[in-house]
Amino acid sequence: MLKLPIYLDNNATTPMDPRVLEAMIPYFTQDFGNAASRNHPFGWKAEEAVDYAREQIAALIHADAREIIFTSGATESNNLAIKGVFEMYAEKGNHFITVETEHKAVLDTCKHIEKLGAEVTYLKTDSQGMITVQQVAEAIRPNTVLVSIMYANNEIGVIQSIKEIAALCKSKGVLFHTDATQAVGKIPVDVVADGIDLMSFSAHKMYGPKGVGALYVRRKNPRVKVTAQMDGGGHERGMRSGTLNVPGIVGFGKACELCRLEMESDTARIKKLRDKLETELLTLEESYVNGDREHRLPHVSNMSFKYVEGEGLIMGVKNIAVSSGSACTSASLEPSYVLKALGLDDELAHSSLRFGLSRFTTEEEVDYAIAHVKEAVLKLREMSPLWEMFKEGIDLKTIVWSEH
Amino acid sequence: MAYSEKVIDHYNNPRNIGTLDKNSKQVGTGLVGAPECGDVMRLQIEVDDATGIIKDAKFKTFGCGSAIASSSLATEWLKGKSVDDALKIDNMDIVEELALPPVKIHCSVLAEDAIKSAINDYRIKNGLAPIEDNKKHY
Repeated sequence: MLKLPIYLDNNATTPMDPRVLEAMIPYFTQDFGNAASRNHPFGWKAEEAVDYAREQIAALIHADAREIIFTSGATESNNLAIKGVFEMYAEKGNHFITVETEHKAVLDTCKHIEKLGAEVTYLKTDSQGMITVQQVAEAIRPNTVLVSIMYANNEIGVIQSIKEIAALCKSKGVLFHTDATQAVGKIPVDVVADGIDLMSFSAHKMYGPKGVGALYVRRKNPRVKVTAQMDGGGHERGMRSGTLNVPGIVGFGKACELCRLEMESDTARIKKLRDKLETELLTLEESYVNGDREHRLPHVSNMSFKYVEGEGLIMGVKNIAVSSGSACTSASLEPSYVLKALGLDDELAHSSLRFGLSRFTTEEEVDYAIAHVKEAVLKLREMSPLWEMFKEGIDLKTIVWSEH
Repeated sequence: MAYSEKVIDHYNNPRNIGTLDKNSKQVGTGLVGAPECGDVMRLQIEVDDATGIIKDAKFKTFGCGSAIASSSLATEWLKGKSVDDALKIDNMDIVEELALPPVKIHCSVLAEDAIKSAINDYRIKNGLAPIEDNKKHY
């Protein structure tokens, strides 16, 4: 039986897998020790659980367990990577390279270090959301210390050429960081094969708990260090102080193990459902997929339904939880900066919906979403003056709009 | 953010969606907003020449639920009013009726602008001077 509302916003967060919850439960009340307590079995048990989780997490990304630094989530990991490199490598240089479609946790952190004297280059993507190795090569200067480029975009799902960009950075002696929050657990990510030096990721995007994430910090070739952003007990090899969130870490470990074992079968099934959703919705006139469709996460689809406003559309599909690139809630009424960066027309940027499928999405749910999105788009187009003008052959760009 | 019941009602059952003949002398058309702002409203009135009463009003809106509800409500209020009385519709009346939250006040402003713009279009078509709007909304 179909249970409403349907959750298709899995890029925001995923539900926790019941198997993850089961693994976590003993560590709240029974094995509650502090992993840093060295003098009694309570501490040993907690430490053991953390060590095991570290192995599970490292195995998913082909890292060494000692290269996993636990944090509160990917936002903290991004902050630690960028600010930590800025401080640690200050003598080497102060130039950073990133991309304008990054998550705010990277962009705002870059803005922060700019105030402290860093120089940051923000690369522009092409209309599909991609950047090229050539662009990065041209931006690298003698004083460049870090290139930070996300593995896969949270809004449109496009996957960058990480391996090639990382190889370029290595050849230039520049560190490479990637925000892989949306990619880890969904597609194969291999820090060795990809040549990644620092990588941020989070448990709650891959069926784990909220409030726990990690920063992968390469230990060899080169040995990377970041300056701690929180002072305290010197946990996590001195890079991140604070008592470890043992139940969260146990859940994170379990979530990574499940992703490692089930990714292949999950992906095949989810991609089929995503493609069905997309193919069906593309039968609507003037509907478009945003972002590169070839280099893209298998569970994400960002679509625009021209001449229909996104927030109005979301209201029309109230039993489907999705997100829109349009938020008509502020005075500026700015649509998504990611979609704007792709050079989308305003009508398209304001007309977008992001669908994010998960391990738990069923075909029945996708069929429901297809039917109801179609219905809402058609209904709203009947009320849209822009749709009427389009149908009359009026070019909207020729109209002088009264901006307010 | 939760919408009020009245907004939901207008969104689900919009009143007076449609198009009047914009070339008719009896019809005034107001087109306000901009696609890049995420809302565009087109409001039309049809005026009875003899009485000066608005006998029909239609709208089409590209925008969020509050924008659709504001314009739908505006057409309801316009029908049967004289043009002079229609000019007295204030955006805050719409805010109150629909219980719009502060972030959605601009939707009501847009509806008021659409009403005035439609009336001015009608006035100009009929050889009257447009009404100056000096009201500050914010």
